[in-house]
Amino acid sequence: MTASSVGNALEVRDLRVRFGALAAVDDVSFALRPGDVFAVLGPSGCGKSTLLRAVAGLEHIDRGRVAFDGQDLAAVPTHRRGFALMFQDGQLFPHLSVADNVGYSLRLRRVPRAERAARVAELLDLVGLPGQQGREPATLSGGESQRVALARALAVRPRLLLLDEPLSALDRDLRERLAGDLHDILRTESTTALLVTHDHDEAFAVADRMAVMRDGRFVQTGSLEEVWRAPADAETARFLGYAAVLGPEAAARLLSVAGLSGSAGALAVRRSALRVDPEGAVTAAVLTARVSTELTRLTVEVEHPEGVGVLDAVAPLGVPVSAGERVRLRLDPARTATLPG
Amino acid sequence: MRLPSRSRLATAGLVGLAALIPLTVVVIFFVVPVVGMVGRGFFPDGELDVAGVADALLRPRVAHVVWFTLWSSSLATALTVLLGVPTAFVLYRLRFPGQALLRGLVTVPFVLPTVVVGVAFRTLLAGTGPLAFLGWDGTPAAIVAALVFFNLAVVVRTVGAHWEGLDRRREEAAAALGASPAQVLRTVTLPALVPAVVSAGTVVFLFCATAFGVVLTLGGVEYATVETEIYLLTTQFLDLQGAAALCVLQIVFVVVLLGLTRRVGQGSASVQRTSTAVRRTPAGRDVPALLVSALVVVAVAAPLVSLVVRSLRVDGSWSLEHYRALDGTTGVLSVPVTQALENSLRVAVDATLLAVVLGGTVAVLVTRRLRTPVARRAAATFDAVFMLPLGVSAVTVGFGLLVALDTPPLDFRGSPWLVPVAQALVAMPLVVRLLVPALRSVDERQREAAASLGAGTLRVLRTVDLPHARRALLAATGFAFAVSLGEFGATSFLSRPETVTLPVAVYQLVSRPGEDNFGAALAASVVLGLVTAAVVVLVERVRGGSLGGLS
Repeated sequence: MTASSVGNALEVRDLRVRFGALAAVDDVSFALRPGDVFAVLGPSGCGKSTLLRAVAGLEHIDRGRVAFDGQDLAAVPTHRRGFALMFQDGQLFPHLSVADNVGYSLRLRRVPRAERAARVAELLDLVGLPGQQGREPATLSGGESQRVALARALAVRPRLLLLDEPLSALDRDLRERLAGDLHDILRTESTTALLVTHDHDEAFAVADRMAVMRDGRFVQTGSLEEVWRAPADAETARFLGYAAVLGPEAAARLLSVAGLSGSAGALAVRRSALRVDPEGAVTAAVLTARVSTELTRLTVEVEHPEGVGVLDAVAPLGVPVSAGERVRLRLDPARTATLPG
Repeated sequence: MRLPSRSRLATAGLVGLAALIPLTVVVIFFVVPVVGMVGRGFFPDGELDVAGVADALLRPRVAHVVWFTLWSSSLATALTVLLGVPTAFVLYRLRFPGQALLRGLVTVPFVLPTVVVGVAFRTLLAGTGPLAFLGWDGTPAAIVAALVFFNLAVVVRTVGAHWEGLDRRREEAAAALGASPAQVLRTVTLPALVPAVVSAGTVVFLFCATAFGVVLTLGGVEYATVETEIYLLTTQFLDLQGAAALCVLQIVFVVVLLGLTRRVGQGSASVQRTSTAVRRTPAGRDVPALLVSALVVVAVAAPLVSLVVRSLRVDGSWSLEHYRALDGTTGVLSVPVTQALENSLRVAVDATLLAVVLGGTVAVLVTRRLRTPVARRAAATFDAVFMLPLGVSAVTVGFGLLVALDTPPLDFRGSPWLVPVAQALVAMPLVVRLLVPALRSVDERQREAAASLGAGTLRVLRTVDLPHARRALLAATGFAFAVSLGEFGATSFLSRPETVTLPVAVYQLVSRPGEDNFGAALAASVVLGLVTAAVVVLVERVRGGSLGGLS
């Protein structure tokens, strides 16, 4: 046991999982402390689900180790790891009622009936479905299915909860609401959790720390704030939802017309970083304007002798803006991030 | 008010015509004969005689026959499921070399003509056969064993296809929650398989309860099922009243059984294909399932090997004598066996053509999306009508065709079309059942897209449905051909001495004493089995996939 493993719950070191010649997960290391909620964010096909399955013991590991509380799990089959797994589409057992789904693992452990019923009721309360014990999975909506799946996963207080895109199958409103609930529920139960997702909103809403994964490797690991403020590279920035990444020169020009100082590096800019403001320091020509539900979305050409390029910007709904106009914009430094190099 | 456009009227006319043709065929060649046959029992002298039919049902022999049918079919079904489910697991969830071959081997019995199965079991169990010491020859044990042998493919294929398609993540979720492999199997996997098992089990029970060729060749007069009893009553004792009573009993029983399955089977419709359904290499805990599968493989291979070996033995030495004798006439048949083979092939081509055209029309019609509930109900009824031949005794149909279609305008006695039509009716439900899922899987929006681009009804069929259903159509054609080649129940009534088909010839040969006759029956069985297996293998090759579930 290495010194660093003391105090860690999950510890993954130099993990590699291969499918034939392709390394789906390569050289991945990270550790979770008890109570951590850790998100692995990456595009589909990046290997994040394989990583999750490897931690669960469902994939053969080619190299590296997965340990929990300092114990190597190589020889421990999935069902003895004391984890729980929750999938994108719930995977409720269709032949069991909601109560029997939630109480499934309690029954495996021969928990007495009364105790089981009490815990099931408590869990259904926790996930916001009180009194729904008797329903059949087929009658549940997508959001309800996920809530039941979460309750089922939490039933025996797993040492580690593994979440595979738990909210991705839901529509937007529901996803936001459930993400908040999931965040609170994980803290209430002080559950250690590993979440994989391709949706940065989901990762930010649920986790404390995150890793960005690409082509089987972690490209960046840190707290939400660290990753958000300083994406490791342009591709990571775009994946985190930054609308544009300016090269060092264009970045310097934009910062100079905005009257801001900045380090000499590439600059990732969110869509809402440039905002129409009569007091703003940046002048720009509006190329297109399109009204959306909360804002008017613009594309603008920032005025600068050497050019900055076409950027996205926003205007409040009350301010009429149309293509061809010149507008003043303010650059919000909090909505930009400086990239290394 | 908008008038329906001309093209819409033309489409409606086309649909009406398309529905009318198969309906007419089924009414004339199925409904009329069956009603005629049953009618003859109820109206022996032109007057309704319910008491006579009731008396016929109360004979002690009837109770004996019904009881034997029920318990032998139940036992055979239970054994088929017990052996078939572990085999389905081994052949569809594990991965090992030679698996494709084994899947093929397990399917062979199902397409073998029933008479061939019967003869093969006799070579194994009777006289000098390697398993003669069991003393099963002429006992119910032989019948049950042959029924299991014959039907294993139904369970293995149906349950296997379902098992292969099960979302593995549900099992993984259970394992992550602490369920051991055995617990996962018991609490998650088997419950998910219940609809497939019930559906396959019902089909097997139906096949067992209406089995004819196998029971007739192995059971003789002593062990009769309802089906063979109908045959004996009509052909040996000319007791139409007794036969009609049993026919009605059988029809009622089959309809009830099909109704029950429909209810249970409804939950099984959704087989989700997922990318995570990967097969794994066998592990230590698979040993029990592997043992069962090995037993199944041996049990399937043994009668086949035994049949081939015996056909090559003459007076204790190897010889092709039995095969050489096939083109000569014997005292039993009025034509050489080679002529019977030719008859069989010719009839099978006609029957296949008929079955595919009629069944294809039915499948296309019942899979169109219908807008009104009335139309949907009509389509469901239409569908059900064409499933009836599956459940009604082939013997009833065959005898009915003989007795009912003898008066103008429906006088088909002696028509060379009678045998192909009867065989087509037997094969048609299978054609429909194979085509319907393929056509259902076509997204309706594809047809709508084609129509919006200017494709008429027929062009939509040709450019959207046909490419999707091509493989299923091929499978249906092959199956129809195999069924027709092996059809025995109806054909035994209808074929005449000079147009005798191979299965009927084999039965006539085995039912006469004499080593030469038995030898000829063996060689003829091997030929028939090989031709049938070749057709099925060919179809599998061209199709490049499994035949999938049957029901």
